[in-house]
Amino acid sequence: MALKTTEVEAKGGQSRHRSLGLSDEQALRIYEVMRLARAVDERMWLINRQGRAPFVISCQGQEGAQVGTAAALRTGYDWVAPYYRDAGVILWFGMTARDQMLSFFARREDPNSGGRQMPGHFGSRRLHIVTGGSPVATQLLHAAGVALASKQRKEDAVTAAYFGEGAASQGDTHEAMNFAGIHKLALVFVCENNGYAISVPQSHQMAIQNVADRAAGYGFPGVVVDGNDVLACYEVARQAVERARRGEGPTLIEVKTYRFTAHSSDDDDKRYRPAEEVAIWRQKDPIQRYATYLREAGILRDPVEAAITGRVDQQVDEATEYAEQAPDPTPDDLTTFVYKQELKP
Amino acid sequence: MAVKTVIEAIRDGMDEEMARDPGVFLIGEDVGNRGGVFLASDGLFKKYGELRVIDSPLAESCIVGVAIGAAVNGMRPIAEIQFADFIAPAMNQIIEEAARFSYRTAGDFNLPMVIRAPWGGGVHGALYHSQSIEATFAHIPGLKVVAPGTPADAKGLLKAAIRDPDPVLYLEHKRTYRLVKGDVPNGDHVVPIGKADVKREGKDLSLIAYGLMLTYCLEVAEKLAGDGISAEVLDLRTIKPIDRAAIIATARKTGKVLVVHEDTPFAGVAAEVMAIIMENAFDALDAPVMRFTGPDVPAMPFNHVLEEAFMPSPEKILAKARELAAQ
Repeated sequence: MALKTTEVEAKGGQSRHRSLGLSDEQALRIYEVMRLARAVDERMWLINRQGRAPFVISCQGQEGAQVGTAAALRTGYDWVAPYYRDAGVILWFGMTARDQMLSFFARREDPNSGGRQMPGHFGSRRLHIVTGGSPVATQLLHAAGVALASKQRKEDAVTAAYFGEGAASQGDTHEAMNFAGIHKLALVFVCENNGYAISVPQSHQMAIQNVADRAAGYGFPGVVVDGNDVLACYEVARQAVERARRGEGPTLIEVKTYRFTAHSSDDDDKRYRPAEEVAIWRQKDPIQRYATYLREAGILRDPVEAAITGRVDQQVDEATEYAEQAPDPTPDDLTTFVYKQELKP
Repeated sequence: MAVKTVIEAIRDGMDEEMARDPGVFLIGEDVGNRGGVFLASDGLFKKYGELRVIDSPLAESCIVGVAIGAAVNGMRPIAEIQFADFIAPAMNQIIEEAARFSYRTAGDFNLPMVIRAPWGGGVHGALYHSQSIEATFAHIPGLKVVAPGTPADAKGLLKAAIRDPDPVLYLEHKRTYRLVKGDVPNGDHVVPIGKADVKREGKDLSLIAYGLMLTYCLEVAEKLAGDGISAEVLDLRTIKPIDRAAIIATARKTGKVLVVHEDTPFAGVAAEVMAIIMENAFDALDAPVMRFTGPDVPAMPFNHVLEEAFMPSPEKILAKARELAAQ
């Protein structure tokens, strides 16, 4: 996929973001959340490599796909079932850098899990982020259930379910899409195709070029979009969300993107993909590309950029400092919340 | 009071809970127009409509996974697995997901959902329509497992399971569906999860069972009475959380215990019951604790000779009980 020159103007001479109904402030907000997701992630790697935290799993390179699609949803009303890379999604939905760092250091105060889960296993009932485990694709069925409940109560909330192209091979992916198609659920499937499931390339994951082609088999549309073009992601997601909210059923969006880092801090991606390939994709960095667009559109002037950088750095610094010093769970925390209704032995 | 069969009691339990709470719904294979392959949901589709009695695709992971999501979003799903034997495709959703939602979010999420599964043998169901699955799931913290044996308990435990804030595996023994009849109290009859029930008082030995084996053990106790042996019958009703106090109490009372189930023995429910007794009532025992179970073979064969050889029967249990009584 060749890097397209940034197109500032949409058809009709308007700037692209305005033609999509995004104000300048909204367009900048998307940029800031992408920057924050990246900055938190980079800080985690730094701390991990210093030996101060055991594990990191990354969103880097996929922020455009994540924030662009999440921005089409109504936060606090719609639901998301993210997967482990979706820092951009959960930050858009109201989680904070501090929340992420509390999870990264596995502190007692970690709102996702109280320090029980590895980083990247997001969940917040209040923020309508469905908790995720490590088995992949299970969350797509949960998303179908969330969407079914909305339909049963005649509410127009939309649910977005995120997964990688590796998870597309799981039976649960088929079962979720099949069910969503049958019941015309208000569900948007977002496949972040970054080309690799740990080390296995797409060519060994499936015999087709586009995961989105499978949508036809479930009776709803599939769309392929450049995942490193955040406004393109927003555009297709908005169409899918509107369609879902109108009661016309699901859409499968496949965002073609790339992860800049290894699968996780325990992986060595040099064993399975050439450095040149990574370098080429880094040239297509969704954040840089969007920054170029915003500058050309005249809304990311130097003082604006400096203010965003200042806020992002401050949040990451404060979050790191707070979380690193926050208390661990105690051994007594091991046995709580096995059940909602605690059982007496 | 009204005399009901187990299947009628289950149907009544679902019907009453669906009428009481608009969040309760049923999803499973053939549960809609067909009313379920055992007619457990007969009439509910007409009464509550297609959004509350949902014929699922033939995909068990889908049934459970969708139920989990609906529970997240404020509903109280009843997920029906047509036969317990077909629950394996949903194991990932049950064990890795449903059982861990509360724990892995430190209580932020909980799943008020019921998985109903017809289980057990003696119905010419062969390898894949006869299995006992309770030990597998009772091993998983985060799940509750109930296995009623009478119509009253079937209804009362189902209502409790539907109202419970955590995932409950509700096991209904197929052979009891129409075989076992009994009085069901009128009104809102709820049986608490986690409470065993002494179904027959006795002083010489204790029979501990659940599901179909409860009925068999009550027959055995009657026959033992003819021998002049007074047998107590403890119905576990709930496998997890198990009623330790009731198990210890009956062991201390009689000093001789026989645990009976048709599930295979290794690491089974009887093994757990025996461990509880050994840890808590060893000093009160007059004989080693015994168990009578199905054999350690993969599943129940179709041929009637082989099926009978697999299934515990009142006669076989009686022989074992006499052996215990003689010690």
